[in-house]
Amino acid sequence: MKQDKAIAFALMLIALSAVSGLALITVFIFKEGLPLILKSGAGGFFFSTDWDPKAKQFGIFSMIVGSLVVTAGAMIIGTVFGLGLAIVLTIFCPKALAAILKPLIELLAGIPSVVYGFIGVVTIVPFIRDYFGGPGLSVLATSIVLGVMVLPTVTSISIDALKSVPRSYWEGSIALGATEWQSTHMVMLKAARSGIVAAIILGMGRAVGETMAVIMVCGNTLEIPSTPLDPLRTLTSNIALEMGYATGEHREALFATAVTLFVIIMILNIAALTIARRGIMSNNR
Amino acid sequence: MSLKGLRSVSLFTAAFAIGVFCAGCGGKHARAVNLVGSTSVQPFAEFLAEEYLTAHPTENVEVQGGGSTAGLQAVINGLADIGMCSRSLTEEESPKFTATVIARDGLAIVVNQSNSVTTLTTEQLRGLFSGAIRNWKEVGGHDGPVRPITREEGSGTRESFVHLVMAKERISKSALTQESNGAVKELVKGDSAAIGYMSLGLVGKELKAIRVDDVEASRENVLNHSYKLARPFLFVAQGPLRPDAQRFMDFVLSKEGQQALESEGLVRAQ
Repeated sequence: MKQDKAIAFALMLIALSAVSGLALITVFIFKEGLPLILKSGAGGFFFSTDWDPKAKQFGIFSMIVGSLVVTAGAMIIGTVFGLGLAIVLTIFCPKALAAILKPLIELLAGIPSVVYGFIGVVTIVPFIRDYFGGPGLSVLATSIVLGVMVLPTVTSISIDALKSVPRSYWEGSIALGATEWQSTHMVMLKAARSGIVAAIILGMGRAVGETMAVIMVCGNTLEIPSTPLDPLRTLTSNIALEMGYATGEHREALFATAVTLFVIIMILNIAALTIARRGIMSNNR
Repeated sequence: MSLKGLRSVSLFTAAFAIGVFCAGCGGKHARAVNLVGSTSVQPFAEFLAEEYLTAHPTENVEVQGGGSTAGLQAVINGLADIGMCSRSLTEEESPKFTATVIARDGLAIVVNQSNSVTTLTTEQLRGLFSGAIRNWKEVGGHDGPVRPITREEGSGTRESFVHLVMAKERISKSALTQESNGAVKELVKGDSAAIGYMSLGLVGKELKAIRVDDVEASRENVLNHSYKLARPFLFVAQGPLRPDAQRFMDFVLSKEGQQALESEGLVRAQ
């Protein structure tokens, strides 16, 4: 008994140290970033598009818009393809083929992001420039690269969600005369909804936070993109581009950018979790 | 993780490793001469170090990137013996350091091979990069948009360009921003609307360097000061150098070292 308690205590300490790491990071980012936000004011920081560190102008509005736009674009691509793949692999695909395809898709998650960025720069960017116009480095290119990057996350978690739906739901629906497609979208997808939302949240987390691949294909301009072919700058690429050189207020402004990113991710996660929880509750009814 | 993040992490790791190394061998071996700074100077410093170490195998020189400002910071923190800087020091910085010009580098204005424009004035350049000139037609080229490509805030190349060309004007907000000479090159190579600036030594044959104020961007013209867009490459230190660092510095400034730099496309200091 004594031994059990000692082990439990040790495990608790380890668990707490992991969480306190998170707490430390949070405190550090806010300590470094908040003073500048307070000094510039919400209008001068969040809602200004004037980013010019030399002139002490730190407006990140265009980057907030940039981050949100490419994340939305990536989630449209990632969800359409990821969920489509998950449905095919769990319901319509021969088992033998699914056994080959699923590990292949998961392998996509193991490719380093710089490789995705490089492929984007040498194939997608010139393609967009030659066939659609604009500089090629664009919202579209970034969304495609990020969409492919979130694909494995969305697919594999959606597959797990669909697989966990009891077999009897499917059989019952077929027995009532529904076609396979009707059973899929009216029964299976509804029942797996909360798991699918969770898949999208996790994918979204990766898309908002991705940096390296984004720097390479987004163009890093300081204007708000007005068409999908316009370049943009995201919050993450702003931090990474300028961190190496920044000192003084400029450095604080980059930490303030990190604070903004942190808060946006929290808001997205809380919103998505609330939706997911509501889904579970309506399932139980 | 970003390249820059990696760089600073590797910088810390290197500093840590050096510390452990020194502790481990009880100070029998001196630590390496450490150079940190501008990514524009880095390839040339690496080349010099290679030449130097071939001739003097007992010496030890290490070169790392990170950017001009990061290099100065590393000198202040004692992480580097010599900082590499690809721009003139600011008024604020210059009293704190002793800077030695090891070479000069031209800043080439580059466009795509298919662009028919061959010469521009400094004023036209300012217009092209500030967004005042939006069509190549206005400077005698084809009818099409201008896409200026700039470097990230804090880059020595960017600071030199702003200092030499932009004067008080700001670089357009819609200018594409790339984080290395290589990335600028890659973009200009594929985009007939693009205009960028980069180190003269790195232009190569795939891009076209523009004549500025009717002077060709060449090493001869940088050396005789007729090509105006040139910047110094500095080795920066605080206080007297360690003997082994001083020996390396002497090599760089020797005839041999200067010739090595010239063979790599730079222009000698004097």
